[in-house]
Amino acid sequence: MKKTYKIDVDCANCANLMETETKKTVGVKDAVVNFMTLKMKVEFEDGVDAKEIMGRVRENCKKVERDCEIFL
Amino acid sequence: MNAKQKKNFARILIAAILLIALNFVEISGVGKFFAYLVPYLIVGYDILLKALHGLKNLRAFDESLLMTIATLGAFALAIYEDGDYNEAVSVMLFYQIGEWFQSYAVGKSRKNISELMDIRPDYANVETDDGLEQVDPDDVEIGTVIIVQPGEKIPIDGVIVEGSSTLNTVALTGESLPREVSIGAEVISGCINLNGVLKIRTTKEFGESTASKILELVEDASSRKSKSENFIAKFARIYTPVVVICAGALAIIPPIFSGDWETWIYRALIFLVISCPCALVISIPLSFFAGIGGASREGILIKGSNFLETLSKVKTVVMDKTGTLTRGNFEVDAVHSKNLNFDAEKLLHLAAHVERYSTHPIANSLRKAYPNERDDCTVEGVEEISGRGIRAKINGQIVSVGNEKFMDEVGAKFVHCHKVGTVIHIAVNGEYAGHVVISDAIKPHAKEAVAEMKSAGVEKIFMLTGDSEKIAAKVATELDIKNYRSELLPADKVTEFEKILSASSGKVAFVGDGINDAPVLSRADVGIAMGALGSDAAIEAADVVLMDDDPLKISRAIKISRKCLAIVKQNIFFAIGVKILCLILGAIGLANMWAAIFADVGVMILAVLNAIRSLIIPK
Repeated sequence: MKKTYKIDVDCANCANLMETETKKTVGVKDAVVNFMTLKMKVEFEDGVDAKEIMGRVRENCKKVERDCEIFL
Repeated sequence: MNAKQKKNFARILIAAILLIALNFVEISGVGKFFAYLVPYLIVGYDILLKALHGLKNLRAFDESLLMTIATLGAFALAIYEDGDYNEAVSVMLFYQIGEWFQSYAVGKSRKNISELMDIRPDYANVETDDGLEQVDPDDVEIGTVIIVQPGEKIPIDGVIVEGSSTLNTVALTGESLPREVSIGAEVISGCINLNGVLKIRTTKEFGESTASKILELVEDASSRKSKSENFIAKFARIYTPVVVICAGALAIIPPIFSGDWETWIYRALIFLVISCPCALVISIPLSFFAGIGGASREGILIKGSNFLETLSKVKTVVMDKTGTLTRGNFEVDAVHSKNLNFDAEKLLHLAAHVERYSTHPIANSLRKAYPNERDDCTVEGVEEISGRGIRAKINGQIVSVGNEKFMDEVGAKFVHCHKVGTVIHIAVNGEYAGHVVISDAIKPHAKEAVAEMKSAGVEKIFMLTGDSEKIAAKVATELDIKNYRSELLPADKVTEFEKILSASSGKVAFVGDGINDAPVLSRADVGIAMGALGSDAAIEAADVVLMDDDPLKISRAIKISRKCLAIVKQNIFFAIGVKILCLILGAIGLANMWAAIFADVGVMILAVLNAIRSLIIPK
């Protein structure tokens, strides 16, 4: 399952950090953060609750970049 | 500027003015320290907060944390030394200027590029009892009749049910070629209606319509990251820790031996300022984004940064003939009269009459060559003889139109033609009258396109075709293509292409019309589909999509990619180079904090400005 989310982040490196953090989150198979279009594509593992996982993704991203936002 | 940018701009301005003013005020001691702390906090308080946040989450290489250590360190040194706090405040000030500029420039180019791709219609006009109503195109169901006024964009793909007009496809193809449309014509979203009012019955939903699809494709393109982007992301992950560790080593190891703690700590702080990877990281995706955006304005859709990168390395271009280099529809090339009673005009006239009811492509081209075919001549007893031709009685004379076998059968003594193409012979009452040569016309820009590709650095150009050797040879010579393969069945094209692929050193692109060459398109390093406007299959199969069918766009696409990648390389080498140079100079004491600020902020600004150059399309 793949989903796209809008994000807000100020710097390109922070976007890369978010991508790394998202990929590390359990339940996420793969993720791409596009800094230029401010979008995040997340591919989830089979049979997981995307909403719950995205909550954790958001938490993890906030740890590396306080100013970032993922619009769920 | 958005609200956040405005606020930060004000902070930067106030802090800068304060800092300058403080230099003209006579204060000293503790008072001076606190006075300088004011602009520092104004411009840097969010960085300090972020640093605390990073510390709490045990992120040793957090950018804000490093910047905080560098500036606080500079403050400490200043207290210890001469009490000149300018440097400490300036580092924070310039760091914030850099951040602000980055945010502004990226926001601006984001906006510019999406404006370039401004084909998304905002509304659709639907007729209701109270007259016209503007609705969200997303809410329009398939089969609804929408109204498009002159000057408006067609919002949704559909068929014209009323009215006629001229459409401008410039937003989709980059070429301002007006197209006449009338009732029954299929129209695609994104075109601009130039004059008449059109009523259109929609055949697709908004999300499935051409304009939405193209936009989605271009926006998604920058998510397919190139090797350069992945390289720089990896580099950034290693670069910061390495520089920070070096800074730590620099602050501790040399002074153990020499004892000069201040000097070495100052040099270590310089390292911290340079350790921020942002200049590198921002300019690369920005270059690709701008390149893809600029190309799309030209009607060249590149489906990923990775394809833009591969395209720039193309050394071999393999092209399909029909539909790519030639128009793909047959036209009368020559008419040769061989009987004094029938001149060329008369021959075409008779041939068109005979072919009146036929739907064969050759019949179409004959009728097209003689537009007002339905005159007062009597055409009767039309008889089609399979594999031979057609016979009909025109004004009482039996006219036979067909191939050589047909001529033999009716007893006409035909002559061979020296021209290459399909030869249609005509006999009247069994007596040979002459022949018409029909061939697939070469596109107007084809020759120029081949020459342009060579000048863009393509080393080898191949042409593949299913046509006969004779026709292939003629087209190849005319276009100055040295390598061609003819009489290929669709499956042969794939094997032939694979042979070329394995024999080439650089990347190989394949250009086709995207309809029947999908297997080859997907086999190529870069598959380029031409004339894809309105063809979903072609858009799906290819990596690069040329919206119209002008072969000149192939070299244009290659040039755009080469320019973009050149900019990417410049930025990588320039940013890394300046940083490393400043690190070395800083370590041996030849660079001060100001040089470090340049290596961080200055390089970033220059790299961003350079990246935006990708938007300008090379001619």
